[in-house]
Amino acid sequence: MKRKIGLMLLVLVVACSSWVGFAFAQPIKIGVFEPMTGPSAAGGEMTVEGIELALEMKGEVLGREVQIIVVDNKSDKVEAANAVSRLIERDQVVAIIGSYGSSLSMAAGDIVNKAKVPTVGCSPTNPLVTLNNDYYFRVCFIDPFQGTVMANYAVNELGAKTAAVIQDVTQDYSVGLSKYFIDAFRKLTGDPNSIVEVSAYNTGDQDFTAQLTNVKNKQPDVIFAPGNYGESALLIRQARDLGIEVPFLGGDTWEAPEFLSIGGEAVEGAVFSTHFTAEAPVTPESDKFLAAYREKFGKEANAFAALGYDAYMLILDVIEKVGSADSQAIRDGLAQVEGFVGATGIITLDENGDAVKSAVINKVEDGKFVYLTTVEPF
Amino acid sequence: MGNLSMFLQHLTNGISLGSLYALIAIGYTMVYGILRLINFAHGDIFMLGVYLTYFGILYTSIPWWLVFVIAPAITGIIGLFLEKVCYKPLRDSPRITILISAIGASFLLQNLGIVLFGGRPRAFPVPRVLNHVVKVRGVSINVITFIIPVVTILLLVGLTYFITKTKTGMAMRALSRDYETASLMGIDINKIISITFFMGSLLAAVGGIMWGARYPQLMPLMGMMPGLKSFIAAVVGGIGNIAGAVAGGFILGLGEIMLVALLPRLTGYRDAFAFVVLIIILLVKPSGLMGQRETEKV
Repeated sequence: MKRKIGLMLLVLVVACSSWVGFAFAQPIKIGVFEPMTGPSAAGGEMTVEGIELALEMKGEVLGREVQIIVVDNKSDKVEAANAVSRLIERDQVVAIIGSYGSSLSMAAGDIVNKAKVPTVGCSPTNPLVTLNNDYYFRVCFIDPFQGTVMANYAVNELGAKTAAVIQDVTQDYSVGLSKYFIDAFRKLTGDPNSIVEVSAYNTGDQDFTAQLTNVKNKQPDVIFAPGNYGESALLIRQARDLGIEVPFLGGDTWEAPEFLSIGGEAVEGAVFSTHFTAEAPVTPESDKFLAAYREKFGKEANAFAALGYDAYMLILDVIEKVGSADSQAIRDGLAQVEGFVGATGIITLDENGDAVKSAVINKVEDGKFVYLTTVEPF
Repeated sequence: MGNLSMFLQHLTNGISLGSLYALIAIGYTMVYGILRLINFAHGDIFMLGVYLTYFGILYTSIPWWLVFVIAPAITGIIGLFLEKVCYKPLRDSPRITILISAIGASFLLQNLGIVLFGGRPRAFPVPRVLNHVVKVRGVSINVITFIIPVVTILLLVGLTYFITKTKTGMAMRALSRDYETASLMGIDINKIISITFFMGSLLAAVGGIMWGARYPQLMPLMGMMPGLKSFIAAVVGGIGNIAGAVAGGFILGLGEIMLVALLPRLTGYRDAFAFVVLIIILLVKPSGLMGQRETEKV
């Protein structure tokens, strides 16, 4: 009997304390789904570094503590859908950040739309991520712009007349970006036959020699090969082994230390577009972010950390402006973002929820990413 | 680039990939041939071998060629422990139980890899000697693609000799027929099984090192696909038959490259190719190309 009373008391105490906790210090929960393992792991990790830094710098809004919950989507579409479901149903987050990789974001799109939880992508660049989805936003530019930037570079800077494209057919990012590059390249050269070869591979492939041998035979002036940093680095390595000497161009996913370490000497001279570089800060917020990043990690920041930082800061800014941490209120606030000063630039979200921003072109030189130029939106 | 040299280039690429599959399949098939156990953790032991080599080269002052010897030996010992923990207690259980234990071991090693080594890929430090390109009449060959088939053939010959001519090899073959009778004949079963696992894991690590030198991207899950493909190579060749495994490896590697090279539209089905070959073989000749048909004992 005594035992029973003791137990009841305990239950009562626990119930009370949790109720008291509920009334006073319920933190605002923001979910993060990013690839922490698998072929896109580096991208996810870099992004989360930026988000964590932002949390450290601004961990409170409306007098409430902010809590981030990071879930690994394992670079896998099915896992990405599971990850957001978990964030929404179990953790009951008010907003979500993620994900690196357009396919992963698209896998989550329907779920966040139905659950009406606003989601801000850091670096998914495929236009379909936010299209017809009122709850998906992003702080980066989209691929029609990125593809055109690289086609311009190929034609105007490198004087290329022909190009070959090697795409990862399992990544919406790669397929989309390739398409926009091809369209822009044909238009710029005025020659419908200027794309001499379009080859394909799958995420996770390690051997690209068959595709590259075919590409070599067509003798393009330049090769556009957007894809994961790991696969791309191996691909360029094998291309150099096969005696392909022409320049390689790619997209923002190449910005990862692994691209340099796996690619080694082979990736020297590779050129790609990205969102931001520590070499060319664009706003006062960039300087603030770069200094804080340097202090925390002891190295220069990358574009993905900057985008993660911006996504988090944008959500907090919106919560502050609308004065509520309610999902619907945050969504409505996000839909009206104009002139938000982020680390990667001034962010204004258009009717689709996409940011219109400048692109940075980087080149690999002496085993480092070197800033070439900035391209303003057309 | 003429058509002929292009074809030769594809052929070289195919042989290079095929010999890698063959190399990993040898270890697979050996363990199966002797213990009748499909060691699903083979691909993950392969992964451990590559990571050990990676750490050996980068974090110790041991010269790389010595690491190439030490790391497989350590991997062999890990394989030996794996057998003691995951398979030995189940030796008298139905075969399906051990198979499930093998799958469990595989997941354990993969996730251990993620925890210990992190999810981000690492770059395998390829020694300079193994990484330069030779050009022969328009065909570019990286030295490593030349070394891999040589290593594969050497191991094939060495292992065949070991199994057919040495006393331990004979004991292994006796064991593969019948555990009990073999032990009645005075064969120390535990010792022989340990040796088998040590060698199987060592071979996985050698395959891993060659793989790393060719495709220098290390990930905790890197063993999955090569593991599956070489398993298929072993089955295609007739599981348990070492020469068959090598043949199966070459068939898969060449087939894959030729599929992508000649039918670029089917590139997406590259991995499926191996499984299609597996299904066809199982339908047409279940014992594999070089396997012996097992007679049912009555």
